[in-house]
Amino acid sequence: MSADSLDSSRLDIPGLGAPADTEWETVVGLEVHAELATETKLFSASPNRFGGEPNTHIDPVSLGLPGSLPVLNEKAVELAIRVGLALNCRIQPSVFARKNYFYPDMPKDFQISQYDEPINVEGWLELPTGKRIAIERAHLEEDTGKTVHIGGGGRIHEAGYSLVDYNRAGVPLIEIVGRPELRSAEEARQYVAELRAILVAVGASDGKMEEGSLRVDCNVSVRPMGSDRLGTRCEIKNVNSLRSMGRAIEYEARRQIDQLTSGQPVEQQTRHWNEDDGRTHALRSKEEDYDYRYFPEPDLLPLNPSEEWVEQIRQGLPPLPRDRRFRLAEAASAVDLDHIALAVERSMDDLALAAVAGGGAPDRVMTHIVHNLAEGSGELAPEALAGLVHMEEAGELTATQAKKVLAVLVESGGTPQKAAQELGFEAMDTGEIEALVDRLIADNPDEWSRFCDGDNKLTGFFVGQAMKATQGRADGKAVTQLLNSRRG
Amino acid sequence: MTAVEIASGVRSGRHSARSVVDEYLSAIEADEPEVHAFNLVVAEQARARADEIDAAVAAGQDPGPLAGVPVALKDNLCTRGMATTCSSRILEGWVPPYDATVVEQLHNAGAVFVGKTNMDEFAMGSSTENSAFGPTRNPCDPSRVPGGSSGGSAAAVAAGFAPVALGSDTGGSIRQPAALCGVVGVKPTYGLVSRYGLVAFASSLDQIGPFTATVADSAAVLDVISGPDGRDSTSIGEPQPPVSDTLADGVDGLRVGVLVELSGDGIAPDVAARLQAAVGALESAGARVSDASVPAAVYGLSAYYLIAPAEASSNLARYDGVRYGLRVDAPSTPDMNTATRSAGFGDEVKRRIMIGTYALSAGYYDAYYGKAQRVRTLIINDFASVWGQFDLLVSPTSPTTAFSLGERTADPMAMYMSDVCTVPVNLTGQAAMSVPYGVGDDGLPVGVQILAPALGEPIMFRAAAVLEASL
Amino acid sequence: MAALARLELSDEELERFTGQLDELLDHVAEVEALDLEDLPPTMHALPIANVLRPDVPGEVLDRDEVLARAPLAEDGQFRVPPVLGEAP
Ligand SMILES: [Mg+2]
Ligand SMILES: [Zn+2]
Repeated sequence: MSADSLDSSRLDIPGLGAPADTEWETVVGLEVHAELATETKLFSASPNRFGGEPNTHIDPVSLGLPGSLPVLNEKAVELAIRVGLALNCRIQPSVFARKNYFYPDMPKDFQISQYDEPINVEGWLELPTGKRIAIERAHLEEDTGKTVHIGGGGRIHEAGYSLVDYNRAGVPLIEIVGRPELRSAEEARQYVAELRAILVAVGASDGKMEEGSLRVDCNVSVRPMGSDRLGTRCEIKNVNSLRSMGRAIEYEARRQIDQLTSGQPVEQQTRHWNEDDGRTHALRSKEEDYDYRYFPEPDLLPLNPSEEWVEQIRQGLPPLPRDRRFRLAEAASAVDLDHIALAVERSMDDLALAAVAGGGAPDRVMTHIVHNLAEGSGELAPEALAGLVHMEEAGELTATQAKKVLAVLVESGGTPQKAAQELGFEAMDTGEIEALVDRLIADNPDEWSRFCDGDNKLTGFFVGQAMKATQGRADGKAVTQLLNSRRG
Repeated sequence: MTAVEIASGVRSGRHSARSVVDEYLSAIEADEPEVHAFNLVVAEQARARADEIDAAVAAGQDPGPLAGVPVALKDNLCTRGMATTCSSRILEGWVPPYDATVVEQLHNAGAVFVGKTNMDEFAMGSSTENSAFGPTRNPCDPSRVPGGSSGGSAAAVAAGFAPVALGSDTGGSIRQPAALCGVVGVKPTYGLVSRYGLVAFASSLDQIGPFTATVADSAAVLDVISGPDGRDSTSIGEPQPPVSDTLADGVDGLRVGVLVELSGDGIAPDVAARLQAAVGALESAGARVSDASVPAAVYGLSAYYLIAPAEASSNLARYDGVRYGLRVDAPSTPDMNTATRSAGFGDEVKRRIMIGTYALSAGYYDAYYGKAQRVRTLIINDFASVWGQFDLLVSPTSPTTAFSLGERTADPMAMYMSDVCTVPVNLTGQAAMSVPYGVGDDGLPVGVQILAPALGEPIMFRAAAVLEASL
Repeated sequence: MAALARLELSDEELERFTGQLDELLDHVAEVEALDLEDLPPTMHALPIANVLRPDVPGEVLDRDEVLARAPLAEDGQFRVPPVLGEAP
């Protein structure tokens, strides 16, 4: 996940923009694959680790050697159950199946996955807006290796040959299949951001999209506004960030609308998102649908987690992003919901709660968290944040000073009083401010007369001068008040 | 000398492991060209290992219950540093980087590996004629097949090349060649012996088991190779009591059923006569014998020839020319996969991959694979109701004695019928073994099959010992 | 079917196999005829479930040993001819 995707600012899609159409509705269903944060692979004891020299995290099982057999990783099951519980799924007895197809990065030429009896079914995920998206299933499966195409600019169809690395082969994945209930690229973005936050919160995944720990396939269709029938969908592969997902959905919806408005049907296809030209390209059509010949994996036994185990896992779940948002919204009422969501997304909700509990005014606490702590809270203690807010409210620190004090607290901790003192931020007394304002009036007669004639914009000029003269010690509010009373 | 005698002699210093292995190696040298039981003989390695065992004994250590016992391994058992081919061109020369669990267990018990035995390619066959490296001949009559698919292992024991061989049994591949070669062969309960390192044919049916000349030797080997293994999910988690301990307990009072569906139609009269003799021997030893009916057993062959190829079609997908084994080059990977597989697999393997692909394909799954798995349930249920009334069942192992080389190669269905008596227990997972019981009209060995419920090995071996003693 | 299994059969093989497949399907027609709707399928003869392995790293294979036995290797990886397309 890039820093860009962490930001709550809305997606800006260069060029295309959202389908301006008010006659068409975009329908999106997402399939998300997340690598589970285990020590070892799903069915063998070689390490589950990103990177490393090619083909060094391999064992007979993950290389599909003749005679090798899979044995299920207990931790992967536990993490899958955590995800299932966090997504409000029913945890059910499950069976692994073989999905048969030939591809060089798949060591056995079949993938062990869950087919008609997945471990988690019928859940839901709530977007920060309160809208609930149904989750069809969240099942366990193994990852494939990686194929690199050499020559032809790395393009698959023009490569001279390919090289295969099996380090990733057998890494545990959870595939979360959502219902087509998302209605825009923005909702899709919210969905993935929320899902990612949940996966990270329960310790199931590191959620890193740029390392491929989180991969999204988008099923996109369009339909006339008001219709309750689903249009023909296309599945978009190869979206590697939230940003490209948004672009791909917008592009694909536009393409389908153009297709339909020009009288041509949409063909059910799998399409590939090309980041460079900003388009989706057909990979294959539905008619070429592959016969995977699924059947129960005979080398593995059914999985039937006991109620006690599931209950134990449920008890151990940390508060989820949704609960944390509720909790913070309750403590910091009247605060912008976007700010609440962002604080939770940045895992600063505990800090915010503690600062508010310590007596800090919620709006000021949240302002610091959203605007001044984007790079993290460092050494800042909740009591210090609460104390800082107190000092601001008491007029002991100006907003500019508070920001500087905060930077010191993030850097090296301590109390705001001490930091303010070290920075020389002692509040000016009334006499001092009056002397300052009178001097500024005397030094700037032209500006003063325009101000007296009613040009209020000059307030900013005088406050700026006051700040400059005092290196930010002056309280802007007090200066403004004095200017107004002198004007009479 | 039996394996038990070899081991006790080596452990006590009465004879050396080296002298034992030398004796077997000279038998191999003399007769192997005619029999062709082996794909690979590792004479030097075997001698070095025997010396190691002798040194351990000299140093006062106990090399284990199979100290100095020469063992031949079916060529579908992975052996680190020793080629494992499954008698297929596609794996010719492949040297596994790891040992099968049974190989480790035997090594730790003091066994001395002499080589890898010939087999039907990927264990698909009943005569060992489907080997890419040429057929094995029956040591009792070189014009006859040894049975299969573990024909090389059965022949190796029958020819005196090794007192012990391991085979694998998916539909009778240990029991049928044991019967045809006149040796003891055991298909343990599914899950009793780890399959880790056994190159899969049909995962839900495959089991590893021993070939030996005597019942006690099979018991000794089974006691070494059985037990839980964390590397095989289908391994039974609890250790089982040693079979050897109760070998001499007899059959007095046991209820034995003659499995009528597998003992009447299609069984050659001379084979049927030997079964009657065996029944008589069990009765004289105090067993109560009557007819037992498992009606669904007749569907075993049909279910087997859908389930086994289906699993095989998937298990054998990995031989694609990418990671190991044969590659036939081509301009693209899909073409390379196809060229490699078309050149690397023999007829029977291709045939079964095609059947299995068909049985699993969309639109046919329910009618074939799905249906076969329900037939499997039917057979299990029928056996379950019989186990209430009987402790053991008996039948012939093979409908006929060893047939001639080439006799059935052109007619796959005739070949498949060789397995009619053996396949049902692979579908149910139960224990079964074949015990040699005299000869047929042609002077060739006849085997009697003893069937026991899951984990019924101790009782099964008691009956086998009684039959052996009655000859 | 042959394409799904990545096998190429000669006309002669195709004809022979088709005949043999038909013969087998004739034989297994006896089970097709059985009414078994009420019976569940048996995937495993053993009534075992929940076999799990602790998440503890074990030994890895030696890359050089593995690649030395590969049909073709380059840069620590397995080399294959052009793959032509994405996985299905
Ligand atoms: Mg999918
Ligand atoms: Zn998937």
